[in-house]
Amino acid sequence: MKIHKYDTVIVGAGGAGMRAAIESTKRSRTAVLTKLYPTRSHTGAAQGGMAAALANVEEDNWEWHTFDTIKGGDYLVDQDAAEILAKEAIDSVLDLEKMGLPFNRTPDGTIDQRRFGGHSRNHGEAPVRRSCYASDRTGHMILQTLYQNCVKEGVEFFNEFYVLDLLLQDVDGVKKSAGVVAYELATGEIHVFQAKAIIFASGGTGKFFKVTSNAHTLTGDGQAAAYRRGLPLEDMEFFQFHPTGIWRMGILLTEGARGEGGILRNKDGERFMEKYAPVMKDLASRDVVSRSIYTEIREGRGCGPEGDHVYLDLTHLPPEQLDAKLPDITEFARTYLGIEPYTDPIPIQPTAHYAMGGIPTNVEGEVLADNTTVVPGLYAAGEVACVSVHGANRLGTNSLLDINVFGRRAGIAAAEYSADADFVELPEDPAQQVVDQVERLRNSTGTERVTEIRKELQECMDANVMVFRTEQTIKTAVEKIGELRERYRNVSIQDKGKRFNTDLLEAIELGNLLDLAEVMAVSALARKESRGGHYREDYPNRDDVNFMRHTMAYREVGADGTESIRLDYKPVVQTRYQPMERKY
Amino acid sequence: MSTPTLDKNSAALDAAEDGASHLINVTFRIRRFNPEISEDASWEDFQLEIDPKERVLDALHKIKWDQDGSLTFRRSCAHGICGSDAMRINGRNRLACKTLIKDINPEKPITVEAIKGLTVLKDLVVDMEPFFQAYRDVMPFLITTGNEPTRERRQSAEDRERFDDTTKCILCAACTSSCPVFWNDGQYFGPAAIVNAHRFIFDSRDEGGEQRLEILNDKDGVWRCRTTFNCTDACPRGIEVTKAIQEVKRALITRRF
Repeated sequence: MKIHKYDTVIVGAGGAGMRAAIESTKRSRTAVLTKLYPTRSHTGAAQGGMAAALANVEEDNWEWHTFDTIKGGDYLVDQDAAEILAKEAIDSVLDLEKMGLPFNRTPDGTIDQRRFGGHSRNHGEAPVRRSCYASDRTGHMILQTLYQNCVKEGVEFFNEFYVLDLLLQDVDGVKKSAGVVAYELATGEIHVFQAKAIIFASGGTGKFFKVTSNAHTLTGDGQAAAYRRGLPLEDMEFFQFHPTGIWRMGILLTEGARGEGGILRNKDGERFMEKYAPVMKDLASRDVVSRSIYTEIREGRGCGPEGDHVYLDLTHLPPEQLDAKLPDITEFARTYLGIEPYTDPIPIQPTAHYAMGGIPTNVEGEVLADNTTVVPGLYAAGEVACVSVHGANRLGTNSLLDINVFGRRAGIAAAEYSADADFVELPEDPAQQVVDQVERLRNSTGTERVTEIRKELQECMDANVMVFRTEQTIKTAVEKIGELRERYRNVSIQDKGKRFNTDLLEAIELGNLLDLAEVMAVSALARKESRGGHYREDYPNRDDVNFMRHTMAYREVGADGTESIRLDYKPVVQTRYQPMERKY
Repeated sequence: MSTPTLDKNSAALDAAEDGASHLINVTFRIRRFNPEISEDASWEDFQLEIDPKERVLDALHKIKWDQDGSLTFRRSCAHGICGSDAMRINGRNRLACKTLIKDINPEKPITVEAIKGLTVLKDLVVDMEPFFQAYRDVMPFLITTGNEPTRERRQSAEDRERFDDTTKCILCAACTSSCPVFWNDGQYFGPAAIVNAHRFIFDSRDEGGEQRLEILNDKDGVWRCRTTFNCTDACPRGIEVTKAIQEVKRALITRRF
């Protein structure tokens, strides 16, 4: 075991982690730990753009953006946080441009902007051009630009270091963060990183679904580490299903395709979104569009021999426009489906895309131990966190924004904290839990296999807690996940080595997915209403009287070692916007 | 608004929507290496049934998950954007997640091995550090002088287009590890580093072009390129890598960029 000491340790090197690192490296001795290489992170898969009311191409302002974000989140958004997001969006985009990001340009040479779902002028009047973009690889350009600036600032990376545990210590009755424990993939060695401040920026957890736009590596590692150490997870029942994933594969096709004029059609060629969202049509918020697609499919208007998908139609757009604005996604259709988007519509279905919930933080990125108490020295930003700026449904282009605004805030706050703070003493045997976990998996002779449990989990989640949910389906999921968690105790791996043991890595990742799937299902069961991405067919309406509140899920361990989930609730911060019925 | 009925007579669309999978038997011949077990690398054959419309990455997963958990490779996004899974497939550098089995003659054994020119650590995993060091050495970040503007720097759409191609790079190393010069001499910067230098040298906002050109004028710089076009053929993003290197060479001669 090796022990390292840094002022600030950042877990994760995607957009949020690297944006934080650029700030914290300037102010404190910082290490960034990632289980990948920085440029492999899934920020790079984001396509369509980053929202900011620059008003470069038409009238716009951050107040309209704030409203759209709150309405998009079905009023579960903390309004003070949404205001910060929309306000700081403008400088965030300009900062990236100054760091070198090659945005597409207007004829005047300013940053070009395009339409995106749920973004409107003057509180819902019509779509507005608010998304700043770099072709259909905006996330790629953000990830590259942030990495380039990390190189410039000399940020210290520990690549392929997988963080498995968070060390919390009780100091005079206050729970403080002391460090993290990481597993070095290349050697199998365990490392303890003692730090005054820790930022979790480890991304999402979409891999508990089968059809997902998420990378194989998005397994909720940060959420699981915090949760196991007794910290709450907020709003985990809210998961976004992006309307346009490539049929069966789930690969993302940007909403920018509809922003550029693409149309969703059913098997009769009908532009069905006109029925569901007369004003915004194909550019309604993602939860609305995904439900509409499944309604078409359920009512027999789906496409293909099994009627299980619909079409994204780009055939009326000029090929030059597709080449200039949507080159990557048209290539995906060619590569993976053998379809030419100039002439053929693309078969699509909703794909599990984004966790609105996560580790609760305040607007400075400080992690909360309950509804109000901050854990000194512990921060989170990006998809792993829940601020909550996305509420019950995130708007497209607000996640690339979130990672930049709150990554920056967390980086500054953590470095400023570590400048004045002392190291918290490490517990005795700080790596014990991780050593035990790794050794147990490596030495297990159990009969259960990772691949089988993971497959059953993903199929269960797709079948029971996707776009439409009922008490019955969620209970089925809770029961099944419980059974899989039992079986997981008896899992074994084939690779017993120390060097690049990705067999072991996948087993650990599965453990995280199982824990988080259970939290999601249990949180969803208790929310007897429909709001944003959480749609209950047995409770089809939003219930502001009983459920205008955030879910806070805690892991409890009884005296006999039995685990359970305790749900609590936290009020939503409302400032100037009163909840209204949501129409697009 | 009119609701046109889509032309459903497309053979491509029919083929894509054919829900049934037609499994075929394929042999994967994989170059294995694990110094924990043996100092020698060796080929190992795996047979599997798979839909030829699936990716090579899907096949590697099936082998790892159903046959041999010790098979080791890097991967993440699985659709050609993260750059983790460059490997040598049937003797050519490709991304495993962007290569469909039907496109690489599954009648014969499909060979898969680590990319060349970088030290193999285990199976298909190589040491990427020399690759990233060359990238860092070309100062891959915007260099400017003077006060920053309040708003964005202006750039015409034409100037933005000038370096568009080289912004697509995902640092997968498929180009660099396909280059015979790099195989023979690991000191050569390699195509990917030059591509990333190009991305800034030809960015109208950048003022560090001269510095980068001096770095690439080095004995291990652009002049080592022998224009074999392996890099262009290997690039999974379709970047015209050799052209970019030629443009950097020309800029070194003319000092105009």
